[in-house]
Amino acid sequence: MDTRVDTPITEKAKISVRDLNFFYGGFHALKKINMDLPEHKVTAFIGPSGCGKSTLLRVFNRMFELYPEQRAEGQILLDGENILDRKLDVSLIRAKVGMVFQKPTPFPMSIYDNVAFGVKLFETLPRVEMDERVEWALKKAALWNEVKDKLDQSGAGLSGGQQQRLCIARGIAIKPEVLLLDEPTSALDPISTGKIEELVHELKTDYTVLIVTHNMQQAARCSDYTAYMYLGDLIEFGPTPEVFTKPKRKDTEDYITGRFG
Amino acid sequence: MSDKHLSTQFDNELSGISTRVLEMGGLVESQVAQAVYALSTFSGDVATQVLKAEERVNAMEVEIDRDLSSIIARRQPTARDLRLLIAVSKTIANLERIGDEAARIARTVQRLLNSGVSSRMRLPVGDLTFECELATKQLRKVLDAFARLDTEAAIDVLRHDDQIDQEFDGLMRKLITYMMEDPRTISSAIDLVFVAKAIERVGDHAKNLAEQIIYIVKGTDVRHSPVDTVENLVR
Repeated sequence: MDTRVDTPITEKAKISVRDLNFFYGGFHALKKINMDLPEHKVTAFIGPSGCGKSTLLRVFNRMFELYPEQRAEGQILLDGENILDRKLDVSLIRAKVGMVFQKPTPFPMSIYDNVAFGVKLFETLPRVEMDERVEWALKKAALWNEVKDKLDQSGAGLSGGQQQRLCIARGIAIKPEVLLLDEPTSALDPISTGKIEELVHELKTDYTVLIVTHNMQQAARCSDYTAYMYLGDLIEFGPTPEVFTKPKRKDTEDYITGRFG
Repeated sequence: MSDKHLSTQFDNELSGISTRVLEMGGLVESQVAQAVYALSTFSGDVATQVLKAEERVNAMEVEIDRDLSSIIARRQPTARDLRLLIAVSKTIANLERIGDEAARIARTVQRLLNSGVSSRMRLPVGDLTFECELATKQLRKVLDAFARLDTEAAIDVLRHDDQIDQEFDGLMRKLITYMMEDPRTISSAIDLVFVAKAIERVGDHAKNLAEQIIYIVKGTDVRHSPVDTVENLVR
């Protein structure tokens, strides 16, 4: 299938994906993906299980390199710089491209240290500035009011929704430019989900947000652009209101209307 | 929409709502025909039947609207399902207005009868019947088009709306002539002017329904666009 889908997006691209192929050993998981992800917007990736959406997300910060049998070909240009270039330091890429996973992953340390942890890897801040950074990140993640009196307590003691917001705080504390969210709410209750979605909306003024979700209504609610993927192909990519009211491809329509069988 | 949802219940709900729109459409179509029949035969009984049917039409509009809200709340429809439900909401509003026009004609018939008008006054009710035939034909065609989601037929309806408008203009001239020739007919001729206008409005509503069909199928809102533009958009 031709994956050069029509992307009528005129906004400045933060990330440009060029002829991206991805392999799990011999399995061709992403097939010649080309797309421009607009800056300061939320782009949602939807599609059935195994379509490659999480794989794609994990290529954006070279997370896949943890596994030797996985390899990516092509280019991912972050502000014009190919992040798949082996010469680039992967930890510098991850400082620019933060990630939050499906299950909250608080480190076994205090709430404060959870947020400060990533910052310490990249910057040496005086205590006062670090305090400010932690507060800023927790406020951005809409968690500050709930944890400000117990910053020295373990992050594992928080509720699932709070833990996930803690992970988002940790992700944004290093001030990345891009935030990758891999099904950030699938383990959360509706109220926590609502808070995270509200957060996503606020975060986009500072970050370019890419979100993978199984929940189509979530994509519809909180994204500006939606990409529909199937079996490793990018089938359709366009403004969310259009994709959900008048998709261009019948495959997309069948999926979002629940005719996919 | 032959292909099915994963949820057969959702399929049933959607097809159920479409069926009831058609049922409501059939009801208003016969209402309009009866109203004009009541006029051409000066039958008070038929006029009363038309007014009775209006209650049923109103109730159907409320019922279908309630089901629409329920489906939207529970299913969160998207794309063509969403467009279908939005279009249905507008369609039933238009059908209800057609019912109102039929009731308006029926009340005019009752008023004419109460004021002692009869077939002997040789008012041009036959011409009204012709305009009505055009309008009900449009209505029937557009309901068929809705059932089959046939955009070609919908465009055909848009094209033929002019015919009713022309017929209306012709009727106006004729009624004015009647009034000038015999001022005693002025009062009832004015009533007929309103009837002619009501029928012309039925045609307009049929046109609105046709536009909704194009929206369902093509996803393009063609309201307020000239027919030629619509045709280019759709083909």
